[in-house]
Amino acid sequence: MTFDDLHIGSILVSTVRNAPVLIFAGMAGLFAERSGVIDIGLEGKILASAFVSAAVAFTTQNPWYGVMAGVLVSMLLASLQAYIAITQKGNQLVAGIAINIAMSGLTFVVAQYIFQQGGRTPDLGSARLFDVVLPGSEAVENIPFIGWLYAHLIGGHSVLVYLAFGLVPLVHWVVYHSRFGLRLRACGENPHAADAAGVSVERQRYAAMLIAGFLCSFSGAYLAIVQSGFFLRDMSAGAGYLALTAMVFGNWRPLHTFLGCLMFGFFGAVQIQIEGVELPVVGRLPGALIQMVPYVLTVIVLAGLMAKSVAPKALGTPFVKSR
Amino acid sequence: MNKDLPRWATAFVMPVLNLLSAMLVTALVIHLLGESPTESLAILVNSAVVNPEGLSYTLFYASTFIFTGLAVSLAMEAGLFNIGAEGQMYFAGLGLTLAMLSFDSTLPAIVLIPVGMTGAALFGALWAFVPGYLQAKRGSHVVVTTIMFNYIAAALMNTVIVKLVPPGEQNPASRAFAAAAEMPRLNQWFPVLGETPLNISFFLAIIALVIYGVVMSRSAWGYKVRAAGLNKHAAHYAGIRISKMIIIVMLISGALAGLGSVNSIMGSTHYLSLNFVGGAGFIGIAIALMGRQHPVGIFLSAVLFGALTQGGFDLSLEKQNIPPEMVILVQGLIILFCGAMEYLYAPAIAKMLNLKK
Amino acid sequence: MQPAVEFRGISKHFGAVKANTDVSFTIAKGSIHGLVGENGAGKSTLMSILYGYYRADSGEILLDGQARRIHNSQEAIALGIGMVHQHFMLVENMTVLDNVMLGSEGGFKLKANRARVEQELREICARYRLEVDPLATIHDLSVGAQQRVEILKQIYRSANILILDEPTAVLTAQETESLFEILRLFKEQGKTIILITHKLQEILDITDTVTVMRGGRVIGAVPTAGTTKEDLANMMVGRPIENNLPRAPYNPGAPVLQVENLQLLDDQGVKLLADIGFTLRAGEIVAIAGVSGNGQSELMEILSGMRLPTSGKLDFLGKPLPFEGRSDADGLPRTFRELGIGHVPEDRLRDGVIKAFSVMHNTIFGYQDKLKNRWGLLNFKAIATRCAELMKNFDVRPNNHDLRIGLLSGGNQQKVVIAREVLAQPKLMLVGQPTRGVDIGTIESIHTQLLKLRDEGVAILLVSVELEEVRALADRILVMCGGRITGELKIEEFDTTRIGLLMGGMHKS
Repeated sequence: MTFDDLHIGSILVSTVRNAPVLIFAGMAGLFAERSGVIDIGLEGKILASAFVSAAVAFTTQNPWYGVMAGVLVSMLLASLQAYIAITQKGNQLVAGIAINIAMSGLTFVVAQYIFQQGGRTPDLGSARLFDVVLPGSEAVENIPFIGWLYAHLIGGHSVLVYLAFGLVPLVHWVVYHSRFGLRLRACGENPHAADAAGVSVERQRYAAMLIAGFLCSFSGAYLAIVQSGFFLRDMSAGAGYLALTAMVFGNWRPLHTFLGCLMFGFFGAVQIQIEGVELPVVGRLPGALIQMVPYVLTVIVLAGLMAKSVAPKALGTPFVKSR
Repeated sequence: MNKDLPRWATAFVMPVLNLLSAMLVTALVIHLLGESPTESLAILVNSAVVNPEGLSYTLFYASTFIFTGLAVSLAMEAGLFNIGAEGQMYFAGLGLTLAMLSFDSTLPAIVLIPVGMTGAALFGALWAFVPGYLQAKRGSHVVVTTIMFNYIAAALMNTVIVKLVPPGEQNPASRAFAAAAEMPRLNQWFPVLGETPLNISFFLAIIALVIYGVVMSRSAWGYKVRAAGLNKHAAHYAGIRISKMIIIVMLISGALAGLGSVNSIMGSTHYLSLNFVGGAGFIGIAIALMGRQHPVGIFLSAVLFGALTQGGFDLSLEKQNIPPEMVILVQGLIILFCGAMEYLYAPAIAKMLNLKK
Repeated sequence: MQPAVEFRGISKHFGAVKANTDVSFTIAKGSIHGLVGENGAGKSTLMSILYGYYRADSGEILLDGQARRIHNSQEAIALGIGMVHQHFMLVENMTVLDNVMLGSEGGFKLKANRARVEQELREICARYRLEVDPLATIHDLSVGAQQRVEILKQIYRSANILILDEPTAVLTAQETESLFEILRLFKEQGKTIILITHKLQEILDITDTVTVMRGGRVIGAVPTAGTTKEDLANMMVGRPIENNLPRAPYNPGAPVLQVENLQLLDDQGVKLLADIGFTLRAGEIVAIAGVSGNGQSELMEILSGMRLPTSGKLDFLGKPLPFEGRSDADGLPRTFRELGIGHVPEDRLRDGVIKAFSVMHNTIFGYQDKLKNRWGLLNFKAIATRCAELMKNFDVRPNNHDLRIGLLSGGNQQKVVIAREVLAQPKLMLVGQPTRGVDIGTIESIHTQLLKLRDEGVAILLVSVELEEVRALADRILVMCGGRITGELKIEEFDTTRIGLLMGGMHKS
């Protein structure tokens, strides 16, 4: 394969299909962190919901039941995190890491117990979510560029992809134009002010964490049901952390976080396409080295932008009424 | 509230209660998997402690865990959450291996072992340098950067190890080191230990614990590290150079994690293999939290995890439904109860001691 | 007419601390009522109970003659009680409008109500002459303007009883006068105002009645007319205050610190310090008076090596302070200490001590490298002896050097900090708010200690917001406002009015 064989088109389509994992997790993290709670446990929630949704989808042969089950589990974990962070006022970083590690072990053990396939779930085959085919896709199939754009870039993706993309403007509206969002942001910036204004900081943060759990579950469901068709141990491979980085990159704002997710999705897509391609000067890049790209990118983003990045002021500090 | 409890309550009662909670949840999971928790515990204790060969393995694993536990503990004292011990130990394995592959035919054992240790420590420190530097100079949170470096290490080592495989071999591992590059095993002096890899690394680990204990509690540098970890503003007031401190602590932390690889490689396999770290870095986190960054606590926690690893392995052979990955769950639960929910039982203890009127 | 507020037998304790004991008094409607007392007298606790943050252990509160249970701030707001806190409860990166709407948004969609609320706010501003733009972002506003936003919030919520907690702590004299004008307008409209303050002059200037609290109890509840400052002070403190401590005649020695053209700009280019210049000699106390936030803290940070100046000449004992060639102040305070500059920081818990360390460990804080042997290990025997001596000389209680310093009272913590710095025998002592959060008995001993240092030839630079403290200690006074020195006086020229004007010199009201 030569350099010319890099299909920009398929890279773009792949970008669109890679992004939802990060978008769901990124929006989840956004809600949590905007309320003032650090959510390092996205990884664990993604893994847990990936396993549960794949397992239930296989057992019931219905992907939607799988999605719902994933939602339940993820929200359960989120409420545990919320309890630790808000009521126990414990260390939020440690809580997140604990959940990530615990889920890594638990999902394997339970998968092994139920399915006896080395810690994975069986292939879902056809019990996966449907693709959205835009009306008239077949008709425009032969029109150069526009046909491809309509039928394959904009249309033809799994329904969850559209959910992810549609989520972004909704999240933006909720955060900036709703009463809930106003209170959310106040809790993250100055919880004492929110408290003095009669807002229950604890309830607001619990709500934010539950929403985070809800949104994050779709990331796992997408991974397992849509992208792969099964659950495999540690399949999240750092997606939770990448989503957090996208959020830092996006300055904790929904639209910018979305752009960050797209960026990571883009590099992920390029990474796959570049494998085996003879690049000018460097030749073929080993696959493992390309694997590194998103993680190196994360470090670069964190190194370059942290100085200008403005986190919610009260992020990570448990709220204690001080009189 | 929790600061009003007497020292013995926070240093002993609370950690024990937290550990018991983790164990209880584990027992519940085992029960749900259709096995008996008490029977499993019996098998585990028998394998890891009662059986001399099993005990030897327990201490062998503990030797590595002490180092990773120290690595995370030191960083925690400085207020840094080093999740990267896994990657640091992995990369250190490369340093160790490069040293051995270069010198194992020319140098005698007595030089080779320190050279290997140096290589490991150096590479481990190197892997921790960038996250440390970025935290000190750019404010990038060390938690996320070290996690990223774990993934980067995995990808990097994948590529490198493949290149080290001798021609004609299938195993993804480097060639074996010369006999001189082997850490002397304790079964030389205690034949009851059988064919087990417990080696002098165990004593090196104890020495490291003692040094750590003395440095943290009695040296000026240790004082400064703890001050910086507790209150950065005041530390600056006291003339402590925060940036320098962060970088140095991360370097030493990485070096300690790196030394963990000496036991695994030079003490056991004698070659560099894929994923040889096997989660030791993450276990180090659990140990640091459970042991409350205290040398005695770290030792006991490391031995506990050594027992879990050894016993867990034998358990998985006898009970199909309890795979070795169960230990990962236990790790997570311990981090949860001993770290995130540290003070869960504090109000109950306070009530019992009648401190709340 | 029923009193607006009546407290009957209110008691509240936190663990062993009895914050309020059997508090009873009334506040008439349409009056300005002063609540006065020292730190820890119980006034903040009482108001927190009124505002719903705490529930009293016993006793009742009557509003307009009706007994009420106030469980949280939402209920308090519904009952018409509003509170302007000492530390503003504002979200800095939001607009005034959003801050006002927070908690009373009027519906799920914000847009629907924004225009209406904005209009209401403009009307309120006009009626009470508040001069606040509802669309301004909080962090762009001056401190005085932010306080007006707080007041605006309360009026918007139809507060009839307005509690103000130490409102003038952050205002200049002119801003204080503007505030009082607003309060008088409220009174005319029939609203009730409770003014928490420890400034006796304010009580006399604006209140109709005053309650004095001490140690959680009401000592006196009297009409202001006919009361004197001395009466109030005596009630507040329980005994006449020692005003004149002994000091040696003023005989300054050689210059210790010479500052010329000191400038400090922050990251946005805002001038935090401009054209600061003064000389400090051995054996004198120069006090910097001024309202908090006018550059004094930054000046102390620079002189102690915690922060770099943007430009200027700073000489210590004839040699320039080692700022040259540095990109940051990391580690610089250590050099300054070694040169002979001691520093008692303004915020002792944030900067001066490690709360979790023992008293003994805190006595070497900042000097840890001087007490180690050649192996780098600390000489604990010597440290313990040193600590025992220190605790005895400065009467630190309780006399247990293994206690975590966080468990000591504010006054004892401060004694440890001062003792530590004094023990190093500095030639220059930087002292910031030395008696903040310190009980009256300890204040005297700290003042005595500082005067003793001065008599021994140490040069002392004191920053204090308490004019009484300035008057008690200073040989010379520099007044700062807006990052500049607006005036210099000798102690004989001390005049509250003049200093007050200098303190307000550069501010827009």
